Amino acid sequence: MNTTSTLSPPRHGTLGTSASRPDGVAKVQGGFAFSSDMWAENLLWGATLRSPHPHARILRIDTTAAWKISGVETVITAEDVPGKSTYGLIMQDQPVFARVGDTVRYAGEPIAAVAADHPETCKRALAAIRVEYEILEPVLDPERCIDGSAPSIHPEGNVFRHQRIVSGDPDVVGDVVVEGIYEVGMQDQAFLGLEAALAIPDPGGAGVELYIATQWLHEDRKQIAACLNLPEDKVRLVLGGVGGAFGAREDISLQVHTCLLALRTSRPVRIAYGREESFYGHVHRHPATIWMRHHASRDGRLVKVESRMVFDGGAYCSTSPAVLINAITHTQGPYRCENAVVDGWALRTNNPPCGAMRGFGVVQACFAHESQMDRLAAACGIDPVEIRLKNAMQTGDRLITGQVVDSVAPVAQCIRETASIPLPPDMGDEPDVLDLPGGSGRTADRRHIKRGVGWGVSIKNLMYSEGFDDYSTARCRIDDGVVTLKFATAEVGQGFVALAQQIARTVLGVDDVLLDTIDTQVGSAGSSSASRQTWMSGGAVDAACRAARDALLDAVAVEHGLVRSRLTIDGTDIVDSDGSFRVDVSQAARGKRIDETREYHHQETEDLDENGQGNCHVAFAFVAHRAVVDVDTELGLVKVVQVATAQDVGRVLNPTNCVGQVEGGIAQGLGLAVMEEIVVKDGRVRNPSFTDYLLPTFLDAPVVDMVFVEEFEPKSPLGAKGVGEPPCISVTPAIANAIRNATGRELPRVPVRPYDICL
Amino acid sequence: MSTTPDIGNENYSLDVNGRAVDIKDSWIGESLLYVLRERAGLPGAKGACEQGECGSCTVVIDGKAVCSCLVLAASAVGSKIVTVEGLGENGHLSDVQQAFLDCGGVQCGFCTPGFIVAVHHLLESNPNPSEHQIREALSGNICRCTGYGRILEAVQKVAVERKTK
Repeated sequence: MNTTSTLSPPRHGTLGTSASRPDGVAKVQGGFAFSSDMWAENLLWGATLRSPHPHARILRIDTTAAWKISGVETVITAEDVPGKSTYGLIMQDQPVFARVGDTVRYAGEPIAAVAADHPETCKRALAAIRVEYEILEPVLDPERCIDGSAPSIHPEGNVFRHQRIVSGDPDVVGDVVVEGIYEVGMQDQAFLGLEAALAIPDPGGAGVELYIATQWLHEDRKQIAACLNLPEDKVRLVLGGVGGAFGAREDISLQVHTCLLALRTSRPVRIAYGREESFYGHVHRHPATIWMRHHASRDGRLVKVESRMVFDGGAYCSTSPAVLINAITHTQGPYRCENAVVDGWALRTNNPPCGAMRGFGVVQACFAHESQMDRLAAACGIDPVEIRLKNAMQTGDRLITGQVVDSVAPVAQCIRETASIPLPPDMGDEPDVLDLPGGSGRTADRRHIKRGVGWGVSIKNLMYSEGFDDYSTARCRIDDGVVTLKFATAEVGQGFVALAQQIARTVLGVDDVLLDTIDTQVGSAGSSSASRQTWMSGGAVDAACRAARDALLDAVAVEHGLVRSRLTIDGTDIVDSDGSFRVDVSQAARGKRIDETREYHHQETEDLDENGQGNCHVAFAFVAHRAVVDVDTELGLVKVVQVATAQDVGRVLNPTNCVGQVEGGIAQGLGLAVMEEIVVKDGRVRNPSFTDYLLPTFLDAPVVDMVFVEEFEPKSPLGAKGVGEPPCISVTPAIANAIRNATGRELPRVPVRPYDICL
Repeated sequence: MSTTPDIGNENYSLDVNGRAVDIKDSWIGESLLYVLRERAGLPGAKGACEQGECGSCTVVIDGKAVCSCLVLAASAVGSKIVTVEGLGENGHLSDVQQAFLDCGGVQCGFCTPGFIVAVHHLLESNPNPSEHQIREALSGNICRCTGYGRILEAVQKVAVERKTK
């Protein structure tokens, strides 16, 4: 850049700089305590017995033989749950343990738990528990829950939510009409840090402390306390180091079981899932079937979008209703469209429970609408980029829910910036074998390789929706010159701990900022999901720091007899604007004690009415992706060569961490496009391991070239939008469109499997 | 950790990071990963798949990078074992550890110790790896957060720094 600025660059460690993570040194040295690393004197191991059947009635549970094994300290079942017997985020429909006389509703449902002196003893104890089942026919087809032909498998019925959206003129017809049926497979979050927890009982069983890797400490506590029949203040949660989350830690998994075992034995208990159990222990991304029909004018302007979306929620509710609402309210994508008819269903089956995963319903909708946009471009005879630009949404446009997009909406700019990123060079006649599809497998043949380019553009809501007040709390304390922040925001890898320090350094003009333990000894922060913590917890930390700064300036004014309104912080100094006074903040804060706690709430939102109308979302972010792929058409192998992207971020607060979110999200979207799927047959997961559930490796990861579109978001407390989810949303259809471009195949389903391409 | 007489009472000694670590009253079926983490007080190696697919548990045994989840601890008697805890000197960061921090190679950090060990091993056997060689050598270490871009940059940075030293 050759522009000249009179502004000095931001001070190191403040907002806008790549401040380093405060947990980084411990993480590279191996000393960072993940929840699976927690240890206590006199520790017992816990383990969980699970149903092998997707649908069965439990006739009898006999734990006698397990109790007799030396080293086994306790065996618990549904009879031992002292409080509420079920839990859940939206509907409390999931049993802590399945009860005798009741049914298990998915393969992997917990039935009993043991605590013993060694993991191997636990394994033997679980094997010694005898359960008699009456096998029942599983309900596996969600369509049968819609037409009512399936029997109800839960007292709450088989429909989690049915919602329509009718907007504008439902009967209008376009000059050009394209339609398709699209499918998205069940994806796993596949965080590396497996579910693990350590529960330490209070003397006499009056309470319990739980070290847990979770996304939302306070929501966990609410559900746990109800099941334990303890007051919430007797259940203290401390964030154990979180090895990734991506939505899979929004729901309870081993929390109640671990606490129950600890309270029962009066000893610390640790449960740590293995990888196979993890596939049964948390919810997954919903598999979905989506019909869409787009109407457009001859020149490619959208006239109407119609859709029917069917989301298989599996056995328990989790967040299915909210996932569905996200999907249907994002049907139009980042495009202007006045008329719509959308019908959405989220249903209960005996398949594995599904819930939150990065992108939260929008991933499925986006795969369908972006596949349709390419179809529409072809039908209108115009370029895929041109049709997207032609329909690109702007601030002030109205969604099909009637909500006006009042966020910054630089959709066209995202598309143009992405298009301006240079394409990668051709493969050449004699490529390195590692550049071929299939990589180190070395099976692809240069002569069968075709290159394709594809596009995807998306809109994603930020924060929780439909009237939910997912506020966040933060405390800023200045004690004799030392600044300490406290919040319950789950650091799951995204780098909020770095951001919090950056905010405090910027607002308070100090360099050293301590972070207190992340636990439930302060107000709720809401969940580390929905791309919301930069906005919400960032807003809370900012507000608390500003309050502390104001208190400090008040005190300094009194102390030195200065005019308060003339005092500001300049860099690391408190200054009087008349130039008469300047003192280092840390020095000025010595001997003072300031303690300020603030909550940040976002603007109120509304429920949708029966026609799907209402201001249900808080704000939106946008992103464009262009994927370049090489496809071996003979073997069906795909190599994603490059992903170019421009993302609407409001403002970059930490460049390195933003880049990391974008590259990481793209890798996950690539996984859904070409390799990741939980294969479920007859209600059973067939590939619950990293041998059979394929994750993108170093060799699969594409070159990512990115641009951040920085247009300050006035609604956001820091001007920034969450960057976590958008990267993984439209990259999936971009890759699918690129493979279609290379092969000419329809490919209505992701992940695209080799046989979808070559057979 | 309590003893487990009914499960086993094996006693042996391992050479970890140049120190003798006595293992008492252990079960013969325990993996090296388990013993390092639960008995030797070295939790740096992580378990994420238990079948040698993810590399989170990578340690070096007699000069070879291996998945410690696939090694029976008792079979490592007599071998020299190096874990992530043995890499920096006197508590200082190694150049690889520093580069991971500088380049943004760490997010949740769960794969990080295994990566750090694998990168040290790669650069000792191949001080000047091409991008392809880096990608292939580290394709047994899965990272779910970063998409590998910042890790690639960290490895390349160390290779250049070592050359110019």
